[in-house]
Amino acid sequence: MSGPNTNYDPVEVSALDPANVDSAVQEALAAIAAAASLDDLKAVRIAHQGEKSPLALANREIGALPPSAKAEAGKRVGQARGRVGQALSARQTELEAERDERILVEERVDVTVPALRRLTGARHPIELVAQRLVDAFVGMGWEVAEGPELESEWLNFDALNLGPDHPARQMQDTFFLDPVDSGLVLRTQTSPVQIRTMLEQEPPIYIVAPGKVFRTDDLDATHTPVFHQIECLAIDKGLTMAHLRGALDAFVRIMFGEDTRTRVRANYFPFTEPSMETDFLCFACHGEETWGSAEPCRTCGGSGWIELGGSGMVNRKVLRTCGIDPDVYSGFAFGLGIERALQLRHGVQGMHEIVEGDIRFSQQFGMGA
Amino acid sequence: MRTPLSWLAEYTDLAPGARGADVAASLVSVGLEEEDLHGGDITGPLVVGRVLELEEQVQKNGKPIRYCVVDVGQNGQMLTEGKHQEIVCGATNFEVGDLVVVVLPGAVLPGGFEISARKTYGRMSNGMICAEDEIGLGHDHEGIIVLSRLLGEERAASLSPGDDAIALLGLADETVETNVTPDRGYCFSLRGLAREYWHAQGSPEGGFRDPAAVVAPDANGDGYTVELKDDSPIDGNEGCDRYVARIVRGIDPTRQTPSWMARRLTQAGMRPISLAVDVTNYVMLAVGQPLHAFDVDRLSGSVVVRRARVGEKLTTLDDVERALNVDDLLITDGGEQPLAIAGVMGGASSEVSDTTTDVLIEAAHFDPTTVARSSRRHRLVTEASKRFERGVDPKVTAAAAQLAVDLLVEHGGGTVDPGVTDVDRTTDRVAYRLDVTEPSRIVGVDYARERVVGILRDLGCSVDEQGAGTDDRHILVTPPSWRPDLVDAPDYAEEVARIDGYNNIPSITPTPTEGRGLTHAQRARRVVADALAGFGLTEVLSYPFVAEGLADQLMLPVDDDRRQAVRLANPLSEERPLLRTSILASLVDTLRRNVARGQKDVAIYELGLVFRPGGPLGTAPIPSVATRPDADTLERLYAAVPAQPRRAGILATGQTEPAGWWGPGRAADWSDMVAAVQTVASALAVPVVVANDPGHAPWHPGRCARITLLDGTLVGHAGELHPKVVAALELPARTVAAEVDVDVLIAASAEPVQAQAFSTFPPALTDVALLVASDVAAADVESALRSGAGEALESVSLFDVYEGEHVEAGRKSLAYRLTFRATDRTLTTEEVNGFRDAAVASAASATGAVQR
Ligand SMILES: [Zn+2]
Repeated sequence: MSGPNTNYDPVEVSALDPANVDSAVQEALAAIAAAASLDDLKAVRIAHQGEKSPLALANREIGALPPSAKAEAGKRVGQARGRVGQALSARQTELEAERDERILVEERVDVTVPALRRLTGARHPIELVAQRLVDAFVGMGWEVAEGPELESEWLNFDALNLGPDHPARQMQDTFFLDPVDSGLVLRTQTSPVQIRTMLEQEPPIYIVAPGKVFRTDDLDATHTPVFHQIECLAIDKGLTMAHLRGALDAFVRIMFGEDTRTRVRANYFPFTEPSMETDFLCFACHGEETWGSAEPCRTCGGSGWIELGGSGMVNRKVLRTCGIDPDVYSGFAFGLGIERALQLRHGVQGMHEIVEGDIRFSQQFGMGA
Repeated sequence: MRTPLSWLAEYTDLAPGARGADVAASLVSVGLEEEDLHGGDITGPLVVGRVLELEEQVQKNGKPIRYCVVDVGQNGQMLTEGKHQEIVCGATNFEVGDLVVVVLPGAVLPGGFEISARKTYGRMSNGMICAEDEIGLGHDHEGIIVLSRLLGEERAASLSPGDDAIALLGLADETVETNVTPDRGYCFSLRGLAREYWHAQGSPEGGFRDPAAVVAPDANGDGYTVELKDDSPIDGNEGCDRYVARIVRGIDPTRQTPSWMARRLTQAGMRPISLAVDVTNYVMLAVGQPLHAFDVDRLSGSVVVRRARVGEKLTTLDDVERALNVDDLLITDGGEQPLAIAGVMGGASSEVSDTTTDVLIEAAHFDPTTVARSSRRHRLVTEASKRFERGVDPKVTAAAAQLAVDLLVEHGGGTVDPGVTDVDRTTDRVAYRLDVTEPSRIVGVDYARERVVGILRDLGCSVDEQGAGTDDRHILVTPPSWRPDLVDAPDYAEEVARIDGYNNIPSITPTPTEGRGLTHAQRARRVVADALAGFGLTEVLSYPFVAEGLADQLMLPVDDDRRQAVRLANPLSEERPLLRTSILASLVDTLRRNVARGQKDVAIYELGLVFRPGGPLGTAPIPSVATRPDADTLERLYAAVPAQPRRAGILATGQTEPAGWWGPGRAADWSDMVAAVQTVASALAVPVVVANDPGHAPWHPGRCARITLLDGTLVGHAGELHPKVVAALELPARTVAAEVDVDVLIAASAEPVQAQAFSTFPPALTDVALLVASDVAAADVESALRSGAGEALESVSLFDVYEGEHVEAGRKSLAYRLTFRATDRTLTTEEVNGFRDAAVASAASATGAVQR
């Protein structure tokens, strides 16, 4: 770098000549426009903006000018470098955008190939149906009660007003334990849970008791020796059959939809008096009677109604056995088979698939159908 | 109970045009459940025919076939071809000239069986000569119906070929079958059902005609001697409190049961046998009183009703010799020879036969409990026992005997003895003081007093509104003799609701005051189940019944708790008499079934109870149900029920990560099972410790993890099954398994998790490679590192395990990444190195580890 030259003639410094500056700019702009890639542009940047570029060299000459000429030359070169710089950055943005676009195209994969690289699990639908019913009742303020599957005979039968000679006791097809005088059975119903609750808890009682029960039936399309029931028991002051019906209606709505209706009639159960049998309007045919027609409704068999299960007002004898004063408290109980609810709600035709444990059955239901 | 509509119509007025389905619906409306509808499903032409010619040819199979020409009147081929009907018949129990029942082409028989002319045994058969079962008349398929035998010569003589046989045989009559619940024994009769149908129609005046409303003579001294000598009544109830005996002599044993009676018995599902037996059954169906007919010639002069003696035997009508029990009530001849098990079944020795001319009709009232026990003891459920068990009307006894006597005289040609025996020790029911507002309070419908009283009267109750003890609210109700079930206010409330209509009961949603929601245990079980499913396992349910040999197959040691299983007295299959003591015990069947069905990758779990008696079963007390058992009795009752812990069982085979476009898959191995248990534990935020367990069946001794809580409580085991177990149970090789005590995890997670503060300063990472002997457990090394590293240690992770040429034999290299972080500052390199060295020193002293 030479020192300031007082004799300097600006005309003679050709690098700062406006035409030369302009042509350097034009060359740079042309090169920038022609750069097809970020690499090209990098080379262009070095050539036209780098230390050895014409404009950089021109800029360096400004220092040698006399003060009077510096301003004008500085402005000219500065503007020129500014234009080149702008063009470079604009082109840089453009090329980066193009590159980004291209990368996205290049990185494309076929997302329809299988993605799941591990087994997916599932819950058993019996558990899911039980859970759904339980949740609905818990939501209404009821609580869940449970008891053992291997149960004392007294809790399974006697306390439920099923004495040893009761005809209904023989309908039950009970699994007895060895030795038979142990007084133990596999529970034939979830009702002993109700007895346990009434023996141990002061009214008011509002419980729902889901669970596994056992009868000596061979497995066929409608029977299984191990199945599931859910029973509800309410003991409070002033409960009537109207409350029983209200609870049953709620139960049916939860399971089969808001527009379901029930109809009720008398029946007999030792545990209850009065007793009641409930049918609900078939959700498949909406009660249209198709009996005897060419294609009777498959869900209800053509009657338009589906039997729900037994219920009634808890027998006073049972309340007394549990130490509850029947003159102060009354209550009701009802129950149904969960297998049947599952069959109805999910169109399961037989019993085998429910009990066999074929994983394809559970897997249809995921984690909460 | 099967009810022919035409019979029902004798005792009550059927609604105009009512068909079987309508009658069934009416009965349902008053609480009598419909079982089935029979009959009425036959479409003609079904006509009377006379056999004109028959040509019998024995077929190659040795079976004779008859080619017949039958006169069917102006029907069939007579109309189309001008000749008599040509029919091929396989039966041989008829002759030329017999009147038979012929079904012609175009008819439809029960079961939708359409009749057409078709070639059979080489010739055209234009229809069929019918047997009883083919037209729904009975179950007989021994031969075809010969009308002179079915209806009697006299009646048959009035028939002509071509007559409509549907009307003749009552085949258009429908039969409604209802289920009779234990409280409605009276509905095991036309009398009871007619009454209920009448109630369903609103109990119109005069609409019920009681078949038992006959006049029976009072007892006189000239009757057959009967003594009631029950010296050990059950619960104070005499086994027999009424016995009516009537004798009809001089019955013509060749007389047949009239066809209408035979048809009604058949419709009701009973087989006609002989006049005397059929009459007793007919009367039983009509009024619900089981009767027994004895051959007077086989009796020695008196009947004594008593309990059986030790060692007594009786051969019953079904030809089975039965050893009698001292609780069995017997009808005996003169106090000695047993004639019948009271109310259950008669004996062969005094049975009426085809030569019997003098018949003693027994109409008695037996104690329900006595009959129920005998029926159960001898596994003998009969039409009589079903009725006595549920309670027979003690006031219908004499009327039933009278009805039978009348029928025997009318159809058997006998004469009735003037002597009448009626030993009657029954007591009248006492009136119940009913609060007339009670039905409203129980049912939730506002019943007016007059409505309550009206319904009770319709039911046959006598209601006293004036007597002592009555007032504005109370009446005295005496139930009818056929309703032993009416005892208490709820019984009457049910009757009022039933007759008024259950569908009048409104629907009011009950509103419990407050609920606690699910308990911790209930919620935790859902977490466990969901965590296992989320881990990739599929939930299944298996039966808890297992085989005796399973404990050996699982290689359980002789003294293992899991060998102490509960045994069923009456298993479904003798091959599986025990209840499972582990979930795996029954889950192996499920795995095998899936594999057998072609599933290769099976990963399943089950959550359920196992049965762990821990020793021989105790005896559960059977306290009185009159009051709440005392605390001590309840304690013993609960304690007698064996422990039933809740477990989760897991089994897997095949690949847990399947092969695919990404490359090869990964087979399920021991680590998946340990991970599953850890997943469940961490889902409940319960810290667990894993240790090698070389001796826990049924696992592989080198691939079994024992998982415990920090305090050492056993949570479960996980790993690969022992190869011998796999072989014995025929499972796929390398099947892996885990079993978790869910109750332990639930208890361990009962307290709310207390949150720990965590640092926001940057972590410092450092890696160490340690050489240890091959048999040192990684878990022990890790635990030593943790205990030496100081409070700033945040985590330890094992990222490499190496055994091989770069490490001396008998040793392995474990590479750990240690992460440190202080709560109050950024750690310096010097600090971190110090912590690491301390950790390594701890590992060195605890496990002999040497830093590489
Ligand atoms: Zn339907």
